[in-house]
Amino acid sequence: MAGVERRTLLAFLLRLADDHLILGHRLSEWCGHAPMLEEDLAMPNMALDLIGQARALYQYAAEVEGKGRTEDDFAYLRREREYTNCMMVERPNGDFAHTILRQLYFAAFMEPMWKGMLASSDEHLAGIAAKAVKEVAYHLRHAGEWVIRLGDGTEESAWRMREAVASLAPYVEELFETDEVTREIAAGGVASDPPSTRPAFDAILRPIFAEAGLEQVDVAHPKTGGRKGIHAEAMGFLLADLQFMQRAYPGMVW
Amino acid sequence: MLSVAERTAAELPRRRAWLAAASVPDPEVPCVTVADLGILRSVDIVDGVAVAKVTPTYSGCPAVLAIELAVEAALRDAGFEARVERVISPAWTTDWITDEGREKLRAYGIAPPRKTSSSIRSLFGEDEVACPKCGSADTEKLSEFGSTACKAHWRCNACREPFDYFKCI
Repeated sequence: MAGVERRTLLAFLLRLADDHLILGHRLSEWCGHAPMLEEDLAMPNMALDLIGQARALYQYAAEVEGKGRTEDDFAYLRREREYTNCMMVERPNGDFAHTILRQLYFAAFMEPMWKGMLASSDEHLAGIAAKAVKEVAYHLRHAGEWVIRLGDGTEESAWRMREAVASLAPYVEELFETDEVTREIAAGGVASDPPSTRPAFDAILRPIFAEAGLEQVDVAHPKTGGRKGIHAEAMGFLLADLQFMQRAYPGMVW
Repeated sequence: MLSVAERTAAELPRRRAWLAAASVPDPEVPCVTVADLGILRSVDIVDGVAVAKVTPTYSGCPAVLAIELAVEAALRDAGFEARVERVISPAWTTDWITDEGREKLRAYGIAPPRKTSSSIRSLFGEDEVACPKCGSADTEKLSEFGSTACKAHWRCNACREPFDYFKCI
Protein backbone atom coordinates (compact mmCIF):
# COMPACT_ATOMS: atom_id res chain seq x y z
CA MET A 1 0.00 0.00 0.00
CA ALA A 2 1.14 3.53 -0.72
CA GLY A 3 2.42 6.09 1.72
CA VAL A 4 -0.93 7.57 2.64
CA GLU A 5 -3.25 6.84 5.51
CA ARG A 6 -5.61 3.95 5.04
CA ARG A 7 -8.76 6.05 5.45
CA THR A 8 -7.51 8.64 2.95
CA LEU A 9 -6.83 5.98 0.35
CA LEU A 10 -10.21 4.41 1.08
CA ALA A 11 -12.01 7.74 0.65
CA PHE A 12 -10.25 8.35 -2.65
CA LEU A 13 -10.97 4.86 -3.98
CA LEU A 14 -14.65 5.15 -3.09
CA ARG A 15 -14.99 8.50 -4.86
CA LEU A 16 -13.51 7.02 -8.01
CA ALA A 17 -15.52 3.83 -7.73
CA ASP A 18 -18.78 5.70 -7.09
CA ASP A 19 -18.21 7.94 -10.12
CA HIS A 20 -17.80 4.87 -12.31
CA LEU A 21 -20.65 2.85 -10.83
CA ILE A 22 -23.19 5.66 -11.06
CA LEU A 23 -22.22 6.68 -14.59
CA GLY A 24 -22.20 3.03 -15.62
CA HIS A 25 -25.70 2.64 -14.21
CA ARG A 26 -26.91 5.73 -16.06
CA LEU A 27 -25.45 4.46 -19.34
CA SER A 28 -27.04 1.06 -18.86
CA GLU A 29 -30.43 2.80 -18.86
CA TRP A 30 -29.91 3.35 -22.61
CA CYS A 31 -29.88 -0.37 -23.31
CA GLY A 32 -32.69 -0.97 -25.80
CA HIS A 33 -33.41 2.75 -26.18
CA ALA A 34 -30.50 4.17 -28.15
CA PRO A 35 -31.25 5.95 -31.44
CA MET A 36 -29.51 3.31 -33.58
CA LEU A 37 -28.30 -0.26 -33.24
CA GLU A 38 -24.59 0.62 -33.12
CA GLU A 39 -25.23 2.98 -30.21
CA ASP A 40 -27.42 0.41 -28.55
CA LEU A 41 -24.31 -1.79 -28.48
CA ALA A 42 -21.94 1.04 -27.60
CA MET A 43 -23.84 2.28 -24.53
CA PRO A 44 -23.98 -1.04 -22.64
CA ASN A 45 -20.41 -1.79 -23.75
CA MET A 46 -19.18 1.39 -22.14
CA ALA A 47 -21.43 0.78 -19.13
CA LEU A 48 -19.68 -2.58 -18.75
CA ASP A 49 -16.27 -0.91 -18.88
CA LEU A 50 -17.31 1.60 -16.22
CA ILE A 51 -18.92 -0.95 -13.93
CA GLY A 52 -15.91 -3.23 -14.39
CA GLN A 53 -13.61 -0.40 -13.35
CA ALA A 54 -15.91 0.32 -10.40
CA ARG A 55 -15.75 -3.34 -9.36
CA ALA A 56 -11.95 -3.39 -9.42
CA LEU A 57 -11.92 -0.22 -7.31
CA TYR A 58 -14.54 -1.48 -4.83
CA GLN A 59 -12.71 -4.79 -4.45
CA TYR A 60 -9.52 -2.92 -3.67
CA ALA A 61 -11.38 -0.54 -1.34
CA ALA A 62 -12.76 -3.55 0.55
CA GLU A 63 -9.23 -4.90 0.92
CA VAL A 64 -7.89 -1.52 2.07
CA GLU A 65 -10.70 -1.10 4.58
CA GLY A 66 -10.17 -4.64 5.87
CA LYS A 67 -13.46 -4.88 7.73
CA GLY A 68 -14.96 -7.72 5.77
CA ARG A 69 -17.15 -5.57 3.53
CA THR A 70 -17.36 -6.71 -0.10
CA GLU A 71 -17.73 -4.91 -3.42
CA ASP A 72 -21.46 -5.61 -3.26
CA ASP A 73 -21.77 -4.01 0.18
CA PHE A 74 -20.23 -0.84 -1.22
CA ALA A 75 -22.26 -0.85 -4.41
CA TYR A 76 -25.66 -1.85 -3.05
CA LEU A 77 -25.88 -1.41 0.69
CA ARG A 78 -24.87 2.14 1.47
CA ARG A 79 -27.17 5.09 2.00
CA GLU A 80 -27.31 8.01 -0.38
CA ARG A 81 -25.16 10.23 1.84
CA GLU A 82 -22.39 7.61 1.82
CA TYR A 83 -21.94 7.77 -1.97
CA THR A 84 -19.28 10.32 -2.85
CA ASN A 85 -19.60 10.48 -6.64
CA CYS A 86 -19.52 13.84 -8.36
CA MET A 87 -22.92 15.23 -9.22
CA MET A 88 -22.38 15.17 -12.98
CA VAL A 89 -22.56 11.38 -13.23
CA GLU A 90 -25.91 11.19 -11.44
CA ARG A 91 -27.62 13.64 -13.83
CA PRO A 92 -30.56 12.02 -15.61
CA ASN A 93 -29.69 10.95 -19.14
CA GLY A 94 -31.82 13.53 -20.92
CA ASP A 95 -31.58 13.20 -24.68
CA PHE A 96 -28.74 11.51 -26.59
CA ALA A 97 -26.81 14.80 -26.94
CA HIS A 98 -26.92 15.31 -23.18
CA THR A 99 -25.72 11.76 -22.47
CA ILE A 100 -22.91 12.00 -25.01
CA LEU A 101 -21.66 15.33 -23.70
CA ARG A 102 -21.62 13.94 -20.16
CA GLN A 103 -19.58 11.00 -21.52
CA LEU A 104 -17.14 13.39 -23.14
CA TYR A 105 -16.72 15.44 -19.96
CA PHE A 106 -16.18 12.43 -17.76
CA ALA A 107 -13.80 10.66 -20.16
CA ALA A 108 -11.83 13.89 -20.64
CA PHE A 109 -11.63 14.17 -16.84
CA MET A 110 -10.56 10.56 -16.29
CA GLU A 111 -8.09 10.20 -19.15
CA PRO A 112 -5.38 12.38 -17.54
CA MET A 113 -6.29 11.01 -14.11
CA TRP A 114 -5.78 7.38 -15.22
CA LYS A 115 -2.60 8.34 -17.08
CA GLY A 116 -1.26 9.82 -13.87
CA MET A 117 -2.16 6.67 -11.96
CA LEU A 118 -0.12 4.51 -14.34
CA ALA A 119 2.89 5.69 -12.33
CA SER A 120 1.07 5.53 -8.99
CA SER A 121 3.06 4.71 -5.87
CA ASP A 122 0.22 2.27 -5.25
CA GLU A 123 0.94 -0.73 -7.45
CA HIS A 124 -2.55 -2.16 -7.29
CA LEU A 125 -4.07 1.11 -8.47
CA ALA A 126 -1.48 1.31 -11.26
CA GLY A 127 -2.67 -2.12 -12.40
CA ILE A 128 -6.29 -0.97 -12.54
CA ALA A 129 -5.21 2.17 -14.39
CA ALA A 130 -3.25 0.19 -17.00
CA LYS A 131 -6.50 -1.39 -18.15
CA ALA A 132 -8.74 1.64 -17.69
CA VAL A 133 -6.50 4.01 -19.61
CA LYS A 134 -7.04 2.01 -22.78
CA GLU A 135 -10.77 1.76 -22.24
CA VAL A 136 -11.23 5.47 -21.54
CA ALA A 137 -9.36 6.26 -24.77
CA TYR A 138 -12.13 4.46 -26.65
CA HIS A 139 -14.83 6.33 -24.73
CA LEU A 140 -13.17 9.63 -25.42
CA ARG A 141 -12.95 9.05 -29.14
CA HIS A 142 -16.53 7.78 -29.33
CA ALA A 143 -18.01 10.73 -27.42
CA GLY A 144 -15.81 13.29 -29.20
CA GLU A 145 -16.92 12.11 -32.63
CA TRP A 146 -20.57 12.34 -31.62
CA VAL A 147 -20.28 15.81 -30.09
CA ILE A 148 -18.73 17.06 -33.34
CA ARG A 149 -21.28 15.26 -35.49
CA LEU A 150 -24.23 16.62 -33.53
CA GLY A 151 -22.85 20.10 -32.83
CA ASP A 152 -21.95 20.53 -36.50
CA GLY A 153 -25.03 18.66 -37.73
CA THR A 154 -28.60 19.78 -38.32
CA GLU A 155 -30.27 22.80 -36.79
CA GLU A 156 -31.98 20.57 -34.27
CA SER A 157 -28.92 18.51 -33.34
CA ALA A 158 -26.85 21.70 -32.89
CA TRP A 159 -29.56 23.19 -30.71
CA ARG A 160 -29.70 20.04 -28.60
CA MET A 161 -25.91 20.08 -28.15
CA ARG A 162 -26.03 23.72 -27.02
CA GLU A 163 -28.79 22.85 -24.56
CA ALA A 164 -26.63 20.00 -23.24
CA VAL A 165 -23.66 22.33 -22.73
CA ALA A 166 -25.84 24.79 -20.81
CA SER A 167 -27.37 22.02 -18.74
CA LEU A 168 -24.10 20.32 -17.74
CA ALA A 169 -21.89 23.39 -17.39
CA PRO A 170 -22.67 23.85 -13.67
CA TYR A 171 -21.30 20.36 -12.93
CA VAL A 172 -17.84 20.70 -14.53
CA GLU A 173 -16.11 22.64 -11.74
CA GLU A 174 -16.81 19.97 -9.15
CA LEU A 175 -14.66 17.47 -11.06
CA PHE A 176 -11.61 19.59 -10.29
CA GLU A 177 -12.24 20.24 -6.63
CA THR A 178 -9.40 19.75 -4.24
CA ASP A 179 -9.57 18.93 -0.55
CA GLU A 180 -7.56 17.12 2.14
CA VAL A 181 -8.16 13.74 0.52
CA THR A 182 -7.00 14.71 -2.97
CA ARG A 183 -4.04 16.68 -1.64
CA GLU A 184 -2.81 13.83 0.56
CA ILE A 185 -3.32 11.40 -2.31
CA ALA A 186 -1.22 13.64 -4.56
CA ALA A 187 1.46 14.15 -1.92
CA GLY A 188 1.72 10.38 -1.50
CA GLY A 189 2.20 9.90 -5.24
CA VAL A 190 -0.99 7.83 -5.53
CA ALA A 191 -2.80 10.03 -8.06
CA SER A 192 -2.87 13.58 -9.40
CA ASP A 193 -4.64 16.31 -7.51
CA PRO A 194 -7.59 17.01 -9.86
CA PRO A 195 -6.84 20.75 -10.35
CA SER A 196 -3.48 19.81 -11.87
CA THR A 197 -5.22 17.86 -14.63
CA ARG A 198 -7.47 20.76 -15.66
CA PRO A 199 -5.14 21.92 -18.48
CA ALA A 200 -5.18 18.42 -19.98
CA PHE A 201 -8.99 18.36 -19.76
CA ASP A 202 -9.24 21.76 -21.47
CA ALA A 203 -6.77 20.69 -24.15
CA ILE A 204 -8.92 17.65 -24.97
CA LEU A 205 -12.15 19.66 -25.15
CA ARG A 206 -10.93 22.76 -27.01
CA PRO A 207 -10.51 21.25 -30.51
CA ILE A 208 -13.68 19.17 -30.15
CA PHE A 209 -15.77 22.18 -29.16
CA ALA A 210 -14.19 24.26 -31.93
CA GLU A 211 -15.00 21.68 -34.58
CA ALA A 212 -18.50 21.18 -33.19
CA GLY A 213 -19.15 24.93 -33.27
CA LEU A 214 -19.88 24.93 -29.55
CA GLU A 215 -18.90 27.45 -26.92
CA GLN A 216 -18.33 26.99 -23.23
CA VAL A 217 -20.79 28.91 -21.12
CA ASP A 218 -20.00 30.86 -17.99
CA VAL A 219 -21.41 29.51 -14.78
CA ALA A 220 -22.26 31.88 -11.96
CA HIS A 221 -22.98 29.21 -9.38
CA PRO A 222 -21.28 25.84 -9.93
CA LYS A 223 -22.96 22.86 -8.25
CA THR A 224 -21.02 21.04 -5.60
CA GLY A 225 -21.54 18.59 -2.77
CA GLY A 226 -21.13 15.14 -4.30
CA ARG A 227 -17.74 14.46 -2.70
CA LYS A 228 -19.34 15.13 0.71
CA GLY A 229 -22.28 12.86 -0.07
CA ILE A 230 -24.72 15.64 -0.82
CA HIS A 231 -26.62 14.80 -3.97
CA ALA A 232 -29.43 16.10 -6.13
CA GLU A 233 -32.92 14.67 -6.22
CA ALA A 234 -32.09 12.39 -9.16
CA MET A 235 -29.67 10.36 -7.03
CA GLY A 236 -32.38 8.94 -4.78
CA PHE A 237 -34.37 7.61 -7.71
CA LEU A 238 -31.23 6.18 -9.26
CA LEU A 239 -30.33 4.33 -6.06
CA ALA A 240 -33.90 3.05 -5.66
CA ASP A 241 -33.44 1.35 -9.02
CA LEU A 242 -29.81 0.29 -8.49
CA GLN A 243 -30.39 -1.13 -5.01
CA PHE A 244 -33.84 -2.60 -5.56
CA MET A 245 -32.79 -6.25 -5.64
CA GLN A 246 -30.64 -6.13 -2.49
CA ARG A 247 -33.22 -4.10 -0.58
CA ALA A 248 -36.10 -6.38 -1.59
CA TYR A 249 -34.15 -9.62 -1.13
CA PRO A 250 -31.36 -8.85 1.36
CA GLY A 251 -28.23 -10.90 0.90
CA MET A 252 -29.36 -12.33 -2.42
CA VAL A 253 -26.55 -13.72 -4.58
CA TRP A 254 -26.49 -14.89 -8.20
CA MET B 1 20.61 -30.82 -5.44
CA LEU B 2 17.62 -32.65 -6.84
CA SER B 3 18.19 -35.57 -9.15
CA VAL B 4 16.65 -35.58 -12.61
CA ALA B 5 14.09 -38.09 -11.44
CA GLU B 6 13.16 -35.94 -8.46
CA ARG B 7 12.84 -32.82 -10.58
CA THR B 8 10.68 -34.66 -13.10
CA ALA B 9 8.50 -35.97 -10.32
CA ALA B 10 7.98 -32.43 -9.06
CA GLU B 11 7.42 -31.05 -12.53
CA LEU B 12 4.91 -33.62 -13.75
CA PRO B 13 1.91 -32.64 -11.60
CA ARG B 14 2.48 -28.98 -12.45
CA ARG B 15 2.58 -29.83 -16.13
CA ARG B 16 -0.56 -31.95 -15.84
CA ALA B 17 -2.37 -29.17 -13.99
CA TRP B 18 -1.34 -26.64 -16.63
CA LEU B 19 -2.65 -28.82 -19.44
CA ALA B 20 -5.98 -29.29 -17.63
CA ALA B 21 -6.43 -25.56 -17.01
CA ALA B 22 -5.12 -24.56 -20.43
CA SER B 23 -7.76 -26.61 -22.23
CA VAL B 24 -10.64 -24.48 -20.90
CA PRO B 25 -12.32 -22.60 -23.78
CA ASP B 26 -13.22 -18.92 -23.56
CA PRO B 27 -16.99 -18.81 -22.88
CA GLU B 28 -17.62 -16.00 -25.35
CA VAL B 29 -15.12 -16.98 -28.03
CA PRO B 30 -15.13 -20.79 -27.66
CA CYS B 31 -12.76 -21.38 -30.59
CA VAL B 32 -9.83 -20.34 -28.40
CA THR B 33 -8.69 -21.53 -24.99
CA VAL B 34 -7.70 -19.43 -22.00
CA ALA B 35 -4.07 -20.32 -22.80
CA ASP B 36 -4.42 -19.20 -26.44
CA LEU B 37 -5.71 -15.85 -25.21
CA GLY B 38 -2.92 -15.46 -22.68
CA ILE B 39 -5.34 -14.95 -19.79
CA LEU B 40 -4.14 -18.08 -17.97
CA ARG B 41 -0.91 -16.69 -16.54
CA SER B 42 0.46 -19.63 -14.61
CA VAL B 43 -0.39 -22.83 -12.79
CA ASP B 44 1.69 -23.88 -9.79
CA ILE B 45 1.40 -26.56 -7.18
CA VAL B 46 1.50 -24.87 -3.78
CA ASP B 47 1.34 -27.19 -0.75
CA GLY B 48 -0.46 -29.78 -2.82
CA VAL B 49 -3.02 -27.29 -4.18
CA ALA B 50 -3.09 -26.35 -7.87
CA VAL B 51 -3.10 -22.55 -7.98
CA ALA B 52 -4.06 -21.00 -11.32
CA LYS B 53 -3.48 -17.31 -11.95
CA VAL B 54 -5.95 -15.70 -14.33
CA THR B 55 -6.06 -12.13 -15.62
CA PRO B 56 -9.15 -10.38 -17.02
CA THR B 57 -9.19 -8.96 -20.55
CA TYR B 58 -11.44 -5.93 -20.17
CA SER B 59 -12.29 -4.45 -16.76
CA GLY B 60 -15.94 -5.20 -17.30
CA CYS B 61 -15.57 -8.52 -19.07
CA PRO B 62 -18.57 -10.53 -17.82
CA ALA B 63 -16.77 -13.75 -18.72
CA VAL B 64 -14.12 -13.37 -16.01
CA LEU B 65 -16.11 -15.17 -13.33
CA ALA B 66 -17.21 -17.91 -15.74
CA ILE B 67 -13.60 -18.44 -16.77
CA GLU B 68 -12.39 -18.65 -13.17
CA LEU B 69 -15.07 -21.20 -12.31
CA ALA B 70 -14.33 -23.25 -15.43
CA VAL B 71 -10.58 -23.30 -14.72
CA GLU B 72 -11.20 -24.40 -11.15
CA ALA B 73 -13.59 -27.12 -12.34
CA ALA B 74 -11.08 -28.35 -14.94
CA LEU B 75 -8.37 -28.64 -12.28
CA ARG B 76 -10.71 -30.55 -9.95
CA ASP B 77 -11.72 -32.86 -12.78
CA ALA B 78 -8.04 -33.61 -13.28
CA GLY B 79 -7.87 -34.68 -9.64
CA PHE B 80 -6.36 -31.58 -8.06
CA GLU B 81 -7.40 -29.52 -5.11
CA ALA B 82 -7.68 -26.17 -6.84
CA ARG B 83 -7.68 -22.44 -6.28
CA VAL B 84 -7.93 -19.62 -8.81
CA GLU B 85 -6.35 -16.23 -8.19
CA ARG B 86 -7.10 -13.10 -10.17
CA VAL B 87 -4.08 -10.97 -11.08
CA ILE B 88 -4.50 -7.54 -12.62
CA SER B 89 -0.91 -6.38 -12.87
CA PRO B 90 0.69 -6.37 -15.38
CA ALA B 91 -2.44 -5.66 -17.37
CA TRP B 92 -3.42 -8.06 -20.12
CA THR B 93 -2.85 -6.89 -23.67
CA THR B 94 -3.91 -8.46 -26.94
CA ASP B 95 -0.19 -9.05 -27.62
CA TRP B 96 -0.45 -12.00 -25.24
CA ILE B 97 -2.73 -13.86 -27.64
CA THR B 98 -0.56 -16.63 -29.08
CA ASP B 99 0.06 -17.06 -32.82
CA GLU B 100 -1.96 -20.24 -32.67
CA GLY B 101 -4.78 -18.33 -30.95
CA ARG B 102 -4.70 -15.68 -33.68
CA GLU B 103 -4.99 -18.33 -36.37
CA LYS B 104 -7.92 -19.96 -34.56
CA LEU B 105 -9.68 -16.60 -34.30
CA ARG B 106 -9.25 -15.97 -38.01
CA ALA B 107 -10.55 -19.43 -38.89
CA TYR B 108 -13.55 -18.74 -36.64
CA GLY B 109 -14.35 -15.53 -38.56
CA ILE B 110 -12.92 -12.99 -36.11
CA ALA B 111 -10.15 -10.72 -37.38
CA PRO B 112 -7.35 -11.05 -34.81
CA PRO B 113 -5.83 -7.94 -33.22
CA ARG B 114 -2.60 -6.63 -34.65
CA LYS B 115 0.57 -7.24 -32.68
CA THR B 116 2.58 -4.70 -30.69
CA SER B 117 -0.58 -3.00 -29.58
CA SER B 118 0.53 -1.88 -26.17
CA SER B 119 0.51 1.83 -26.84
CA ILE B 120 -2.59 3.97 -26.92
CA ARG B 121 -1.65 5.20 -30.36
CA SER B 122 -1.71 1.78 -31.95
CA LEU B 123 -5.04 1.20 -30.23
CA PHE B 124 -6.43 3.51 -32.90
CA GLY B 125 -4.14 2.45 -35.74
CA GLU B 126 -6.70 0.01 -37.07
CA ASP B 127 -6.55 1.23 -40.62
CA GLU B 128 -5.56 -2.16 -41.99
CA VAL B 129 -7.79 -4.96 -40.80
CA ALA B 130 -7.84 -7.90 -43.19
CA CYS B 131 -11.16 -9.65 -43.75
CA PRO B 132 -11.00 -13.01 -41.93
CA LYS B 133 -13.11 -14.62 -44.66
CA CYS B 134 -11.58 -13.55 -47.98
CA GLY B 135 -8.38 -11.88 -46.78
CA SER B 136 -9.07 -8.57 -48.52
CA ALA B 137 -7.64 -5.44 -46.91
CA ASP B 138 -10.51 -3.39 -48.33
CA THR B 139 -12.56 -3.26 -45.14
CA GLU B 140 -14.38 -0.59 -43.15
CA LYS B 141 -15.38 -0.08 -39.56
CA LEU B 142 -19.13 -0.09 -38.90
CA SER B 143 -19.06 0.37 -35.16
CA GLU B 144 -16.44 0.93 -32.49
CA PHE B 145 -18.36 -1.45 -30.25
CA GLY B 146 -19.37 -4.95 -31.26
CA SER B 147 -21.07 -8.02 -29.88
CA THR B 148 -18.81 -8.22 -26.83
CA ALA B 149 -16.64 -5.71 -24.98
CA CYS B 150 -13.51 -6.96 -26.73
CA LYS B 151 -14.74 -6.67 -30.30
CA ALA B 152 -15.55 -3.99 -32.87
CA HIS B 153 -17.87 -4.46 -35.83
CA TRP B 154 -16.40 -4.28 -39.35
CA ARG B 155 -17.43 -5.03 -42.92
CA CYS B 156 -15.47 -6.31 -45.91
CA ASN B 157 -15.98 -4.25 -49.06
CA ALA B 158 -14.70 -7.07 -51.27
CA CYS B 159 -16.87 -9.99 -50.16
CA ARG B 160 -19.46 -7.78 -48.39
CA GLU B 161 -19.41 -9.94 -45.27
CA PRO B 162 -19.67 -8.26 -41.88
CA PHE B 163 -17.18 -9.53 -39.32
CA ASP B 164 -15.95 -9.00 -35.76
CA TYR B 165 -12.55 -7.48 -35.13
CA PHE B 166 -10.80 -8.27 -31.85
CA LYS B 167 -9.80 -4.81 -30.61
CA CYS B 168 -6.17 -4.10 -29.85
CA ILE B 169 -5.63 -3.13 -26.27
